[in-house]
Amino acid sequence: MKRYRLQLMVCAGTGCVSNHSVEIKDALDREIEKHKLQNEAEVVFTGCNGFCGAGPIVVVQPDGVFYQLLKTADIPHLVEEHLLKGRPVKKLMYSPPAEKIPIPKMSDIPFFSDQTLIALRNRGMIDPEQIDDYIARGGYKGLVKALTMMTPDEVLKEIKSSGLRGRGGGGFPTGVKWESCKHAHGDIKHVICNADEGDPGAFMDRSIIEGDPHAVIEGMIIGAYAIEKVHQGYIYVRMEYPLAIKRFQIAIKQAREYGLLGENILDAGFTFDIDIRRGAGAFVCGESTALMASVEGKPGEPRAKYIHTVERGLWERPTCLNNVETWANVPQIILKGAQWFSSIGTGDVSADPWGGSKGTKVFSLAGKVNNTGLVEVPMGIPLRDIVFKIGGGIRDGKKFKAVQTGGPSGGFIPESLLDLPVDYEELTKVGSMMGSGGMVVTDEDNCMVDMARYFLAFTQAESCGKCTPCREGTKQMLDILDRISVGEGTEEDLVTLEDLSNVIVESSLCALGGSAPNPVLTTLKYFREEYEAHVKDKKCPSHTCRKLNTYSIDEKICLKLGHGCHVCVKHCPDAAIIGERKQVHYIDPAKCSKCGVCYDVCNFKAVQVA
Amino acid sequence: MEYDTHTKAEEIICRWDRKPENIIEMMHDIQNEFNYLPRDVLFEISKEARIPLSKIYSIATFYNAFSLKPKGKHRICVCLGTPCHALGASRIVNALERELNIKRGDVTPDMKFSIEETGCVGTCGLAPVVIIGEDLFGPVTVDGVPRLLKKYESK
Repeated sequence: MKRYRLQLMVCAGTGCVSNHSVEIKDALDREIEKHKLQNEAEVVFTGCNGFCGAGPIVVVQPDGVFYQLLKTADIPHLVEEHLLKGRPVKKLMYSPPAEKIPIPKMSDIPFFSDQTLIALRNRGMIDPEQIDDYIARGGYKGLVKALTMMTPDEVLKEIKSSGLRGRGGGGFPTGVKWESCKHAHGDIKHVICNADEGDPGAFMDRSIIEGDPHAVIEGMIIGAYAIEKVHQGYIYVRMEYPLAIKRFQIAIKQAREYGLLGENILDAGFTFDIDIRRGAGAFVCGESTALMASVEGKPGEPRAKYIHTVERGLWERPTCLNNVETWANVPQIILKGAQWFSSIGTGDVSADPWGGSKGTKVFSLAGKVNNTGLVEVPMGIPLRDIVFKIGGGIRDGKKFKAVQTGGPSGGFIPESLLDLPVDYEELTKVGSMMGSGGMVVTDEDNCMVDMARYFLAFTQAESCGKCTPCREGTKQMLDILDRISVGEGTEEDLVTLEDLSNVIVESSLCALGGSAPNPVLTTLKYFREEYEAHVKDKKCPSHTCRKLNTYSIDEKICLKLGHGCHVCVKHCPDAAIIGERKQVHYIDPAKCSKCGVCYDVCNFKAVQVA
Repeated sequence: MEYDTHTKAEEIICRWDRKPENIIEMMHDIQNEFNYLPRDVLFEISKEARIPLSKIYSIATFYNAFSLKPKGKHRICVCLGTPCHALGASRIVNALERELNIKRGDVTPDMKFSIEETGCVGTCGLAPVVIIGEDLFGPVTVDGVPRLLKKYESK
């Protein structure tokens, strides 16, 4: 293998690719060739680094110098200064929002330094399309250990005592699930990887697959070995993630070529293979029974789980379904031992598998924070640390309002509860949930009624329609929220919302309906004054609900800065704006339908909202 | 059915071994090939893979990925994930509607563009995100919408 003085790791996650990281790599190759450095420096693609807001990213190894927000025009300068003259380029480095001092090393940037990596341990370090890269970083060692040195029962015991719990959100102990599936009657069993990451604002699974697909595959093989009688596994990936599907296809092909999938794996007499099934854009298919129906080629409708899927799942056979992140944790647990894993996190799982939250959890941090991206933190870390230390606080110096965890099934957590440790039970206690790990931060400009309405509109649209509470109940709730957001709500509506919520939670068939009211319940609990402002004063405090706003034009700004540019007149659908070019413009309140287009299109911020 | 359509449909059905349980995968490939699910191709699958047409119809209407109406040559999908919503995705949809003079879900009369809303595409760091064909853009601004469309108008 050839050795290089420098390696330039170009991030090829979806975020960076759409910001032209492929062109960045081409430019780097060109410049390196120009300076005849081909034998000293190598440019490689890696999986997602997680710091998606800073893309495109290039990390120069072995020093770990981190460059962000690169443009192709920066590359000649970067190659000449850093690669040729050995002077890292400061202006392309990351500097924290408050200070303006650049931090050269990736490991010193707070976004990275406060993380603990297990599921994401290979991020930015390997080319996800090369199995050799994965193996060089210790990949498939866990599988070798399991297949050659451990019995299936020993593997199961290890997973059970590690305290690993389902990372898809429910937090069911993985070892207990495996054990039930192992003990279920049946000669043919299946394992499934749930990569139908439908929660809006969640992209942990996408990044794991795109950055390290073999970790998931290795975990599945180990699981199949431990459960026994499993020879066929499925990965169910949503079709919105084309790159993830491609990476899985490549990884499976390579694993087959290396004899890690197929017949007689590692000569241990164990046969197992994996196929990919594409999701078709239905959120409910993230639910285990709906997902299995979809794999069988049916509409993805859940069923009541009187009989669990570990006993009767896919094609009526015992089926063990785990989330991407859960599978990705498995090889490390086998390799490093249950004790190592359970030393991270909260509580005690030695007696009760539900007794604590162990290991790490990957969150996708997005919304109004400075550092958006993927973070892996030990269980038990306070939410505040994630938002303010790793996330770097709120954008543009605005005020924090709430953090939303758990997607449409979760809730909003206000500032007063920010010191809450991240743990399955603690988050459920305050009305939210761990969920798959989406974490969306909102600031003072976001309206909580609007956010609750957004989530309800989402679950309403995604409800499969099988059971009445979810199908009809969410529709009624959405109607009420729609009314409130246009100023037609009454105080009684708030009571009805709570009543409906309780009924839906109690009586829905699956977790989609059962948790759909959470965003409404938590916002009603922690931000009731915002609802009251909409209902009583007919005002939206953050001016998000546009029908409750009044728009006017600041004469001074319009004339002095905009010189009466007339753009608003062109866009106004109601012909409500009066004014000639180069003159002051006015809005006729009688005609204005409060659509807010003028506010959006004015380049001079002359349109005022009240 | 045209000869060309027929061969393509046949090829897709064979790719999935004519197995009824692979129906969703077949429909994915058809949607990708034709940009929608043509009626006669669905008839063909029904016959070849021995799946009742009613079942195919229920799948086609259940899943968002499938469409029985043709989509525009350039499918514009606006991500409606939470971060995109919080950062003003609905304003982007409005701007696209204004610019193309069609409503969400519709196709322009010249069949060039269609506007859709899509579930979270998981590139939340770039919110708000718009996908045109296979290209992903973000963060998109209301002012930037005309410029974004211009790239595709000549294509």
